[in-house]
Amino acid sequence: MRWLQDPILDVQHLTMRFGGLVAVNDLSFQAGRGDITALIGPNGAGKTTVFNCITGFYKPSEGMVALRKPDGSHLLLERLPGYDINWKGKVARTFQNIRLFSGMTVLENLLVAQHNPLMIASGFTFLGILGIGGYRKAEKEAIEKAKYWLEKARLMHRADDPAGDLPYGDQRRLEIARAMCTDPLLLCLDEPAAGLNPRESLELNELLLSIRKDNGTSILLIEHDMSVVMQISDHVVVLDYGTKISDGAPVEVRNDPKVIAAYLGVADEEVEKVEAEIGA
Amino acid sequence: MNAPSITTAGQTQAVTRAFDLGAALKDSLKTALIMLGLSIPILAYKTDQSGADLFLTPRWGLVAIICAIVFGMRLVLHAFTASRAYRQATPSSHQATEPVHAEPSAFQHVSKFAIPFFLGVALCFPVIIYLIQGGLNESRYWVDLGILILTYVMLGWGLNIVVGLAGLLDLGYVAFYAVGAYSYALLSTTFGLSFWICLPLAGILAAFWGMILGFPVLRLRGDYLAIVTLAFGEIVRLVLINWVDLTNGGAGISSIPRATFFGIPFTAGEGGFAQTFGLEFNGMHRIIFLYYLILVLALITNFVTMRLRKLPVGRAWEALREDEIACRSLGINTTNTKLTAFAIGAMFGGFAGSFFAVRQGFVSPESFNFLESAIILAIVVLGGMGSQIGVAIAAIVLVGGPEILRNLTFLQAIFGSGFDPNEYRLLLFGAGMVAMMVWRPRGLISEREPSVILKERKAISGSLVKEGHG
Amino acid sequence: MEIFVQQLINGLTLGSIYGLIAIGYTMVFGIIGMVNFAHGDVFMLSAFIALIFFLILTTWLGISSVVLALFFVLIIAMVLTSLWGWAIERIAYRPLRGSFRLAPLISAIGVSIFLSNFVQVAQGARNKPTPPMVQDVIVLFQGESGYNVALSYKQIIIMVVTAVLLSIFWYVVQKTSLGRAQRACEQDRKMAALLGINVDRTISLTFVIGASLAAVAGTMYLLYYGVVSFNDGFVPGVKAFTAAVLGGIGSLPGAVLGGLIIGLIETFWSAYFSIEYKDVAAFSILAIVLIFMPSGILGRPEVEKV
Repeated sequence: MRWLQDPILDVQHLTMRFGGLVAVNDLSFQAGRGDITALIGPNGAGKTTVFNCITGFYKPSEGMVALRKPDGSHLLLERLPGYDINWKGKVARTFQNIRLFSGMTVLENLLVAQHNPLMIASGFTFLGILGIGGYRKAEKEAIEKAKYWLEKARLMHRADDPAGDLPYGDQRRLEIARAMCTDPLLLCLDEPAAGLNPRESLELNELLLSIRKDNGTSILLIEHDMSVVMQISDHVVVLDYGTKISDGAPVEVRNDPKVIAAYLGVADEEVEKVEAEIGA
Repeated sequence: MNAPSITTAGQTQAVTRAFDLGAALKDSLKTALIMLGLSIPILAYKTDQSGADLFLTPRWGLVAIICAIVFGMRLVLHAFTASRAYRQATPSSHQATEPVHAEPSAFQHVSKFAIPFFLGVALCFPVIIYLIQGGLNESRYWVDLGILILTYVMLGWGLNIVVGLAGLLDLGYVAFYAVGAYSYALLSTTFGLSFWICLPLAGILAAFWGMILGFPVLRLRGDYLAIVTLAFGEIVRLVLINWVDLTNGGAGISSIPRATFFGIPFTAGEGGFAQTFGLEFNGMHRIIFLYYLILVLALITNFVTMRLRKLPVGRAWEALREDEIACRSLGINTTNTKLTAFAIGAMFGGFAGSFFAVRQGFVSPESFNFLESAIILAIVVLGGMGSQIGVAIAAIVLVGGPEILRNLTFLQAIFGSGFDPNEYRLLLFGAGMVAMMVWRPRGLISEREPSVILKERKAISGSLVKEGHG
Repeated sequence: MEIFVQQLINGLTLGSIYGLIAIGYTMVFGIIGMVNFAHGDVFMLSAFIALIFFLILTTWLGISSVVLALFFVLIIAMVLTSLWGWAIERIAYRPLRGSFRLAPLISAIGVSIFLSNFVQVAQGARNKPTPPMVQDVIVLFQGESGYNVALSYKQIIIMVVTAVLLSIFWYVVQKTSLGRAQRACEQDRKMAALLGINVDRTISLTFVIGASLAAVAGTMYLLYYGVVSFNDGFVPGVKAFTAAVLGGIGSLPGAVLGGLIIGLIETFWSAYFSIEYKDVAAFSILAIVLIFMPSGILGRPEVEKV
């Protein structure tokens, strides 16, 4: 129960309304530091909306999203402007339909991710344009960091190719590498295994596990591929119709009749029946 | 192109070699009939005025000529496309096996020779013209034309930052040109400040206005952004016309102080440029000085842009053009990034504007109408968005091209002495804009050059590069 | 009070003209998502066509009834302007469909420059006054200060013609298969094509309808102001575009509503504030509307998808 003792992300009473539609309803959950937390649920359950609230693309109608830094201080993400969630909050994300800078090279994609530190090194452009200050050195370091992630995502040989030219699986890994170049504390992945074949999916698992091990980054992911969810996650939160229906370790969640009902579409009475049978 | 092998030619010959003359004639006739429909009545009858009344002059001969020309052109086009379809249907042997990136890109082709060539020509231009024309005064027209082209090159490069790099479609760029011109005009005539003080001030003022006008439009995208910037451009012009106390209205501001050679005036008398350097006085000294001045300004614009592309802010602009949402997720403050693009683009517009004022010695609102914005944008888009050398070539084509019309006096022999080819300048310009877009929608040089490389330089095909949301 | 009523009448007349032009913008934007920048110049061109045919009919063919002449002029102007609309789409926009997004806009600017200069070269740069057409007015009521509130026959004709043609047009778009095809193309062009809709023809027809309504506006403009010049396309075009956006771009009733509002704002602004800054007001409204209410009065708001 690490997510209760030392949560990195604490979502409390999150509600998101679009006009009359309640996409997320009073959702509370925690993601543990160093955990891989999976957010699952049937289509339209509101998972991506939760992500968009956490990463600042939507302002939640109600509730709070708190990030606990390693030093114990809290940061309320919903109060930050969208771009500061990455820079100040150290939360990075990927997108369901990949959003790479397709006309820029793989290396450029990774350098854009290091925009803020490089911006400071270039003296907010003023020093950089005159060629004074430590920009040259900072750029070299940024390229080194990019190389580290290229190595890890096994994209080294494609470094100078435009991102739009990469095959689908490579694009997925590049998007993760790009997010990691921002040195996040929490990495949010929106369906990272979508469209991958089983081998690529396995490779992705390895990449995610190594990110956690080597970089100490906590991961929050939305996934439909249960093999990914069950194999790598420490904690699963299940959403249906915008509300949480289950929360716990993968094994517990897998056997939760409510989850089974939500996925298989069982009527409510039957859920109660199933619950009665297993004595819940 | 290699000669097609016998087998392929044999297979495709039956399909494509046969140029169907009958169908082509029928289609050309149809096109000519449509042209006839379009000519009625706007070409067929000319309205002329006598006193208060209008009367009509029929011109059916003209309509007949134009319909015949359209008919002929359509027929030629048919013949041409038929032969091209034939060539495409019979691929040469190496074509099919060629990987996409192996062929040297247009960019690499052009940049290897063109950049030193253009730079060399630009630097020696007045000398070359002097030698060809055989005298300073005789070369006046050509040096003036050079100045005009370079002004547009500079404006194109300035707008390229906004449109080409940041992907923000700006149809009101001429407003900043106007701010620069009026800044110099007003500061120099009211406070007597010299050009060299006014130049940076004009740039700063224009950048300031770039931010003020940029701020409200930040969340707009695409065509809406274009129309709002157009509206701002027009508002600036209309205010310049109507705010008579400040700008002297439509009459403009005249007798703006001329440029000096770093303090030494280009005058005939004591202490003038010619006397100081022991030359014989000639008005062309000032023109040639202006030529080099705008050349230096344009090259500074280019240098700064190239440098910015390799700085984080430049990469952020391009990333913004590719995907704004991804930028936000990576911690890039998109508001500030867009505003810097507007401000820096506007600043160069302001520099160019104050150069315009010092060159003309006169500014009036009519120099800053929407057509100017359209020309500058056309230069950027035709050049290939983001490509510096492409923009320079496009400026030469679009600004220099219409000048050829001035010299087509032999046409008067055909169309009669009342024929002034210069009247058709904008007509052809508009038609040319359409033709260029149909021919090369992504501009002359659509490849993007990476701003940083690890091992190998590869140009990025234009089809991958996005054009931005704004 | 008298001035107010008079300006109301004038504003509604002017607004009808803007509304007719605005429909061309809104339909084209709805179906292919581009601002047809040249539409204002098509309107100007149609006014010239109307002018020339009015002269032909009255001076050469000797039709003495102005109303009859206007009727024929309207029909001919609509047909010939439609041909222009069709040809412009065919030459300048269709080859660019599905290409780079900026290309059609640049092309449209090119067409706009071409059209205004074409008319300038073909017809000369001077303002063209028409012979007096319909001069009679009805004095509605007489103010105490001697200010008469008048409704001219011109204004009646303009408002009636606009209303009748809009109803016909409304019927076409709502009730016929063409209208259905248009709405289908608006939603998803690829899917519409897969379902057997001739997308190219539908788009062409959209331009034709837009141009013919612009021709109505052009004829009415000529009737109302009695003068036209080659650069009369730009500013009315911008105002009509403002109307289209204000009403909610893509919405047909919105275009008409927007046109009326813009017409009223313009006349009241000129009457009560300053006539010099009339166009500044138009452009400012355009900017304000686009910035603060880009989905307009009757349009659907756009939601950002992440």
